[in-house]
Amino acid sequence: MPRPSPFYSRTAALCESHSWQEWSGFLSANMYELHHLREYYAIRTAAALIDISPLYKYLVHGRDALKLLNRVMTRDIARCAVGQVLYTPWCDEHGRIIDDGTVTHLAPGRYRVTAADPSLRWFEDNATGLQVQIDDISDSLAALALQGPLAGEILQQAAGPALAHLKYFRHTTAAIAGLDVSITRTGYTGDLGYELWADPADAERLWDALMEAGRPRLLRAAGQLALDMVRIEAGLLLVAVDFISSKKTVFDVQKSTPYELGLGWTVALEKGNLVGRAALAAERERGAAWATVGLEVQWESLEQIYKRYGMPIHLPETAWSSAVPVYSDDLQIGRATSGTWSPLLKKYVVLARIQPQYAKPGTPVCMETTVEAQRHMTAARVTALPFYNPPHKRA
Amino acid sequence: MAEIYDAVIIGGGHNGLTCAAYLARAGRKVLVLERRHILGGAAVSQQIFPGFTYTVCSYVVSLLRPEIIRDLELPRHGLQILPLDSAFVPMENGDHLALWSDPATTRTELQRHSRRDADAYPEFNQMMYKMGFAVKPILGMVPPNPLSPGVDDLRRLVELGRHAKSLDARTFQQLTKLMTMSATDFLDEWFESDVLKALTAINGIIGTMLGPRSPGTAYVMLHHFMGELDGAFTVWGFQKGGTGAVSNAIAGAARQHGAVLRCNAPVAQVIVRNGQAVGVALESGEEIYARTVVSGLDPRQTFLKLVDSRQLPAEFATAIGNFKYRGSSGKVNLALDGLPTFTSMPDRALLQGMIEICPSVDFVERAYDDAKYGEFSRRPFLDVLIPSTIDPTLAPPGKHVMSIFVQYAPYKLNGGWNAQQRDDFGDAVVNTLEEFAPGINKLILHRQVLSPWDLEQDFGLAEGNIFHGELTLDQIFFLRPTAGWANFRTPIRGYYQCGSGTHPGGGITGGPGRLAALEILRSSK
Repeated sequence: MPRPSPFYSRTAALCESHSWQEWSGFLSANMYELHHLREYYAIRTAAALIDISPLYKYLVHGRDALKLLNRVMTRDIARCAVGQVLYTPWCDEHGRIIDDGTVTHLAPGRYRVTAADPSLRWFEDNATGLQVQIDDISDSLAALALQGPLAGEILQQAAGPALAHLKYFRHTTAAIAGLDVSITRTGYTGDLGYELWADPADAERLWDALMEAGRPRLLRAAGQLALDMVRIEAGLLLVAVDFISSKKTVFDVQKSTPYELGLGWTVALEKGNLVGRAALAAERERGAAWATVGLEVQWESLEQIYKRYGMPIHLPETAWSSAVPVYSDDLQIGRATSGTWSPLLKKYVVLARIQPQYAKPGTPVCMETTVEAQRHMTAARVTALPFYNPPHKRA
Repeated sequence: MAEIYDAVIIGGGHNGLTCAAYLARAGRKVLVLERRHILGGAAVSQQIFPGFTYTVCSYVVSLLRPEIIRDLELPRHGLQILPLDSAFVPMENGDHLALWSDPATTRTELQRHSRRDADAYPEFNQMMYKMGFAVKPILGMVPPNPLSPGVDDLRRLVELGRHAKSLDARTFQQLTKLMTMSATDFLDEWFESDVLKALTAINGIIGTMLGPRSPGTAYVMLHHFMGELDGAFTVWGFQKGGTGAVSNAIAGAARQHGAVLRCNAPVAQVIVRNGQAVGVALESGEEIYARTVVSGLDPRQTFLKLVDSRQLPAEFATAIGNFKYRGSSGKVNLALDGLPTFTSMPDRALLQGMIEICPSVDFVERAYDDAKYGEFSRRPFLDVLIPSTIDPTLAPPGKHVMSIFVQYAPYKLNGGWNAQQRDDFGDAVVNTLEEFAPGINKLILHRQVLSPWDLEQDFGLAEGNIFHGELTLDQIFFLRPTAGWANFRTPIRGYYQCGSGTHPGGGITGGPGRLAALEILRSSK
């Protein structure tokens, strides 16, 4: 039976669609209205509030906290100053990705780690012999994402003008409606955005205060369908969709490495000992077997196919996430793992994993598309990621 | 002269029926002879008490080979397996452990016991899934004879070698551990919660005269993890109408292909002329002739009762005599006036799943301690199912049937089994249940108690072993029932074996019946 999140009383009241999905044992709204597009536009043109409480959260502290994190994470956590946040994947001993998340340096020797999947045992197993404490704070921390170009204004309204100085991937604390809130300038939308971490007992008052502050800026709650579209635009991979955690499958063919997922920039081999280092170093030496790229499906090509059926072009209304083959001429060169029509960019954008020799931006490829239950090849072009990267994201 | 059958099969258990169905499907003229008035052997449903259908012996299905379901079109003949959704363990301190088919709810529950175990549990299942996947091809294979391999054996050995080579190092390492360790030692490497270890370890002791701390039980655990339902591994289900309905479905397929199935036809002996089996003599004196005789009984009856041991090579007869049965379990079936209340059950939906009385590893090991020295467990491990909660046809409205698999009940009981001992054993079972579900005693309308001795007398299971012989490493694959004779043949020409005492062993798999039929068809081409 799914558990209610700390914000459930608020999200349930707004969820006219009654469309929910299970996320890590919690109920999570797919969309609040019967259509998700207003929520999508809120994220891209105004601001949206997203309940992200189901994320797993860990507090890592003690003398060897940094040592543990630097052993587990691929990035060099030593470079994460107090008040800073780093995005990082982590791998198994074969250099295959287990999960990714953020590490927030809260205070000297005190870090908060977010994860998509349960990670306590993995962190603990790697902490043998270290003086470090790992607390599972998943249930004792409610979390909200406030995302969109107006998110900064709304947050300043709610938490004070000092928030204007919070930089990209930085952390601070502030009082909102008298509640202590931890705030990071992070998100999963590729837009300007913040994530707020608070005591579950304060959850409802925090939600209300933000909604109140955001009303003049048309802040609205957004669900998973809108989020899935914007994260593809932002070129952000989704675990269990674009890749499978090496802990969730026993079959090597289903596992991926950071290099294959376009996350090679996160692997700090020079920092020394790190789980999977030997395998990762060898892979960097010989080159990854796959490259993760964007594809832009060519409108004209898709329109031509529909024309053969006497039909106008039909575009996906929501993001899709069932893998389809990608070809170069008659040769299959990889797979597309998720895609969406971007109403903002007016482009059909797709995340794909293909053979590296085809990964150069501009390379013409084909993606399998099914029209009226018949298979067709739609022309697409390889693109660098992300598809959408507005200046206000980092400004 | 009377008609001569292509094959006469002794024993209408699920494997005998499977063998008959495959032979008949290939156009052979087949006769099945069942001693009892009802088909199914140990996979049988009966109204022992009017209005209440007991799944008398075996009670759950998972290992039934999918190729048999497809080949014999069993769903057309009534195969309907309802998934069992949960497992519930009441603990002695009033707490409980409940595992659900939904991973998120299971995780929430496991976190109460151990946060590390909540993380480890899905990984453990992934690993067992992979082990099952690695071992499973062997289940559908005729074991090669590595002692004096013929051409077919060599082909199979090469096949086996290729398969072993395809396993990665980690799989091989885990497999070696599973083959050698005790269930508890193996689980200690994964979990810290005692009750979770107890619940998982019981898969390693069922049908075996070993405790959860005895080496070798990890393999038995793997055997139970190899079940599948609709392509999903390790899922167990309940056949609508009880496991007798599985037998009836296979019997239906056999009949449809023209096999003749006769009940009340006990076979006295196999007729052997010049080293060749030519038919059987019934206890009634009737003689029936056939080109092939197949026994679905256990090795003891197949070789030491149905044929004159002088027909067998001495070494072979000795090996068969050494085959271990050591029945360790009994069965209690109850007709209930209503549903019981388990004091620590948080959700009545758990009554629809498995209920396991195994509150700790010590509890189960102590139950074994009693049996080691010839007593039945004073507080036995109980594998409980109330099938009427998912199949309303089994009992009148509002009433229920309860199936209780009980371990340990040693076949060789001090003083021997008699009516009094059987009654005391039944009391021990109900009293143990009463500790966790107070008041259940008052709900009992009828009680059927089967000791290992009853299982031998009524169902022909030697020493009451539910698997036709223990599934320990020394008695599986090319050693089942003995080296050199794992290919379903026997030292007597024209005499074959197809019971659970042959590869791949016990449980409702149908594997022995099918593989035996395929071997018979191959050699009579």
